[in-house]
Amino acid sequence: MANDWKNYSSGDFFDELMSSPGNARQPARKIVSYLKSLSAEDIAARRQAAESTIREMGVSFTVYSEGGNIDRAWPFDIIPRVISNKQWAVAEAGLKQRLRALNLFINDLYHDQKIIKDGIIPEFVLKQSKNYRKECEGITPPFGVWAHICGTDLVRAGDGEFYVLEDNLRVPSGVSYMLENRAITKRVLPELFEQSEIAPVDDYPARLFDTLAALSPRKGKKPVIVVLTPGIYNSAYFEHAYLAQQMGAELVEGSDLVVDSDDCVYMKTISGLERVDVIYRRIDDLFLDPEVFDKKSVLGVAGLMRAWRAGNVALANAPGAGVADDKVVYAYVPQVIKYYLDEDPILPNVETFLCYDDKQREYVLANLDKLVVKPANESGGYGMLVGPHSTKKERETFAGLIKANPRNYVAQPTLALSTAPTLVEKNELEPRHLDLRPFILQGNDIYVTRGGLTRVAMKKGSLVVNSSQGGGSKDTWIVDA
Amino acid sequence: MLSKVAERVYWTARYLERVENTARLIRVYDNLLFDLPRSLNFGWYNLIIINSAQKEFGERYTVEDERNVIKFLLGDESSSCSMVTSLQMIRENVRTTRDVVPEETWELVNELSLYVEANIQQGVNRSQRHTFLDGVVKGCQQILGLLYGTMPHDAAWDFLRLGRNLERADMNTRIMDAGITAVLHVEDNDTAVNSRQIIWGNVLRSLGADQAYRRTTRVAVRGETVAHYLLEDREFPRSIAHCVGAIIQSAAALPRSKDVVTALKQIESNLFDEVDYQQLGDPLREYINDLQQELAAIHSLIAGNWFAGMEQSQQQAAG
Repeated sequence: MANDWKNYSSGDFFDELMSSPGNARQPARKIVSYLKSLSAEDIAARRQAAESTIREMGVSFTVYSEGGNIDRAWPFDIIPRVISNKQWAVAEAGLKQRLRALNLFINDLYHDQKIIKDGIIPEFVLKQSKNYRKECEGITPPFGVWAHICGTDLVRAGDGEFYVLEDNLRVPSGVSYMLENRAITKRVLPELFEQSEIAPVDDYPARLFDTLAALSPRKGKKPVIVVLTPGIYNSAYFEHAYLAQQMGAELVEGSDLVVDSDDCVYMKTISGLERVDVIYRRIDDLFLDPEVFDKKSVLGVAGLMRAWRAGNVALANAPGAGVADDKVVYAYVPQVIKYYLDEDPILPNVETFLCYDDKQREYVLANLDKLVVKPANESGGYGMLVGPHSTKKERETFAGLIKANPRNYVAQPTLALSTAPTLVEKNELEPRHLDLRPFILQGNDIYVTRGGLTRVAMKKGSLVVNSSQGGGSKDTWIVDA
Repeated sequence: MLSKVAERVYWTARYLERVENTARLIRVYDNLLFDLPRSLNFGWYNLIIINSAQKEFGERYTVEDERNVIKFLLGDESSSCSMVTSLQMIRENVRTTRDVVPEETWELVNELSLYVEANIQQGVNRSQRHTFLDGVVKGCQQILGLLYGTMPHDAAWDFLRLGRNLERADMNTRIMDAGITAVLHVEDNDTAVNSRQIIWGNVLRSLGADQAYRRTTRVAVRGETVAHYLLEDREFPRSIAHCVGAIIQSAAALPRSKDVVTALKQIESNLFDEVDYQQLGDPLREYINDLQQELAAIHSLIAGNWFAGMEQSQQQAAG
C-alpha cells in the first residue's frame, strides 16, 4: 500500500524518522504528520515533480561504463532525513575538533614528525602510505592548514549515535548535491518550509569562497580564484561547474593555466595572461604537475608545484593532505586528537582492525564473513568486501590479498546502519540504509555544513550508498526540536 | 575571461541561432507547399544544398524526399548539422560555461532539448510540423529573452553577440538562398508573378520581417526590394548590414580588438559592392555564396584574435 506509515517498520535497525510503526521521532513529527496527510496520488505527483525538476535543473552525475560515459539524472528521494539541532551541535563540535587535529597532524608529518618520534603512530604507517608526498616536506601552507575542504562520512548505528566512518581529505565531492537536494525539496514540498525551522544550507558557496580567499598570497588585492577540473568527462564535473558558478570563480582545466618563469600561475584569457592566486583543485595530487608527479598527466599544469612551494599560489586542498585520508591512519585519529589537542574525541570511530597487526589480522581472517574489509587508500566504495553478503570465493580472494599486503587493509564490524523511510517502487514506503557526509571548511576559520549530503542505499538491504553503485540521496534537515 | 570560455560562449550563441533558423528555414518550405500551385515542383533537397550538406546527406539516404530531408535536418543525431546535434552542442557548451551565463540558461536549454526530444516526430510528420517548429522558435526566443533581461553587458555578452550575429547573418543568406532557389523553379506562365510574390513573402515571414519590411519600404513584396531590405537595411536585426554592424560594435568592446576592428570595417565597407538587384536568379546566388565566404572570414578573425592566439598574448604579457 502506498504512503502507509502505520505499517512501516525498520525491524531491528535504528530508524531516522520513526521510533515505532506509526510513531515519528520528536524532530520528525511535523514532517511525518504532513506526509501522512497526503494521499497516495499526492505523493506520486510530488515524486514526479521532483524528477522533472532534476531533469530541468540538469542535476546529473556521470557513470563510467564500458559503453562510454553516461550522464545520469541525480537519484533523489523526496522524504527528507531529519536530525535535531541538539544532536547536530554535538556532531558539529566533533567534526571541527577532528579536522583541527588532522591538520595539525598533517603539518607535523611534513615537518618534525613529532607524533612518530613520540611513538604514537608507528613509522612504517607513514613510510608505506600511498598518499605521503616527500615533495611537500618542510612546507607550511597558510595557517598551517593542509586540508581546507573535508568530507567526513558519518553513520548512525543501532544505538542512534553518530560514528565517523571515514575522512575524505583529498578531493571530497557531493556538496553540490546537498545544495541541489535542498533546492529540489523547496520546490516539491514548499509547505513544510512554512511550518518548520529548517537550518538553511545555501551559505556553503560563500563560506567556501571566504575560506579560499583567505589563502591568497597577494594580500590587499581581490583574489583571483579558480576551480581546476579534470574536465567534462569527470564524474563530479557537474559539481565543479556548479561550485565555480556559485562562487563567481573561473572554472579552468589544466590547459587554461600556465606557470611562467617568475613561478607564478597565470590563466589564458581574452585579455592575455592573468595571475591566479588560489586554485581549488579537483584533480588528484599525482596529476597536478607533470614536472613533479605523473609525467604523462595532461590534466595538470607544469610548474604548479614550483609556484606552490614558492608561496605564489595557494592550492586547496594542499598536495599531500591525503596522507591523513588513509584507513590505517583513520584508526589512530582518536590518539591524534588526544595528542595534538589534549581533548577526548567527541565523535567516536567505528571499531577498526588493522591487518598489519598479527593478532588483529588473525581475528580478521577468522571472521571475514562478519566483517567489512576495506583497502586503506581507495574511495568510492571500490575494492571492498562486505562479509555477510560475500561468497566463499570472494572471501578467499580477500584472505589472499590481506596476507600479501597486510598494511593495505583494515576491517570493521558490519554496521547496523540506520534507516529512513524511502519511497520505492509503486510509492511504497520501505526502510533503506543511509549515511551522512557533512563538509567541513578550515582556513583562518572553521565551518561545518548544517547537515550534509545524506546518501541512501536504494537496493533493499544494501549497505552501499555510493551513487556510482546505485546509491540515492535525501535532503537533510537540521530542525529545532 | 578565459579564452576557452569565450569560445564556448560564442558557439553557444551560434548553435542557438542555428536551431532557431533551421526551424525558420523549414517553415519557409512548409508554408510554400500550402500556397504554391501543385504544378510547381521545387525539391525539398534544396534545403540540403543550401546547408552545404549534400555529402553528409548522401552518406545516409539515397532517396532525396521530404521525409528524409526533414529527418536529416531535425533529428539525425549523427549529422553535424541537425537540430538535435546543435542542441547537444548547446548543452555541452552551456554546461561548461554555466558560470558566465545567467543561471536559468541551463534550465531553459534543458527544457528546450527535452521538448525537441519528446516531440521530434511531430516535426517529421507534416500535420503537426508547424506547431513543433513554432515551439522550437519560441524556446530559442525564451533563452534570448532571458539573456537580454538578466545578463550584464560584459565580455561574455559580447561573445554571445558576436556568435549570434554571425550565425544570424549566415542563416539569413541561407534562407534567402532557399527563396531564390524556389523562384528559379517558377515557370513563366500566368501564375508566375503571383508565385514569386508568395515565395518572397514567405522568405520575409520566416525571418519575422514582413511587418517591418512593409513599414520601412512602403512597397509591395517584390524580389529586388526584399533582397535589398534583407541585405542592406540597418535597422532590421536579421539583415546582413545590421548583423555585421553589431559584430563590429561587440568586437570593439572587447580587449585587444584594434586590428580586428580595422579588418572588420574593411570587410563592411565593400560588403554590398557586388550585388545587382536587377539579377535575382543565379547571379544573386553567386553573390550570396561570396557573402558566406566573407562571413567565414569574419569568424576566422574572431577566433584568431581571442580563442587561439594565446602564444601571442603570452608574449604581450611577458613584454
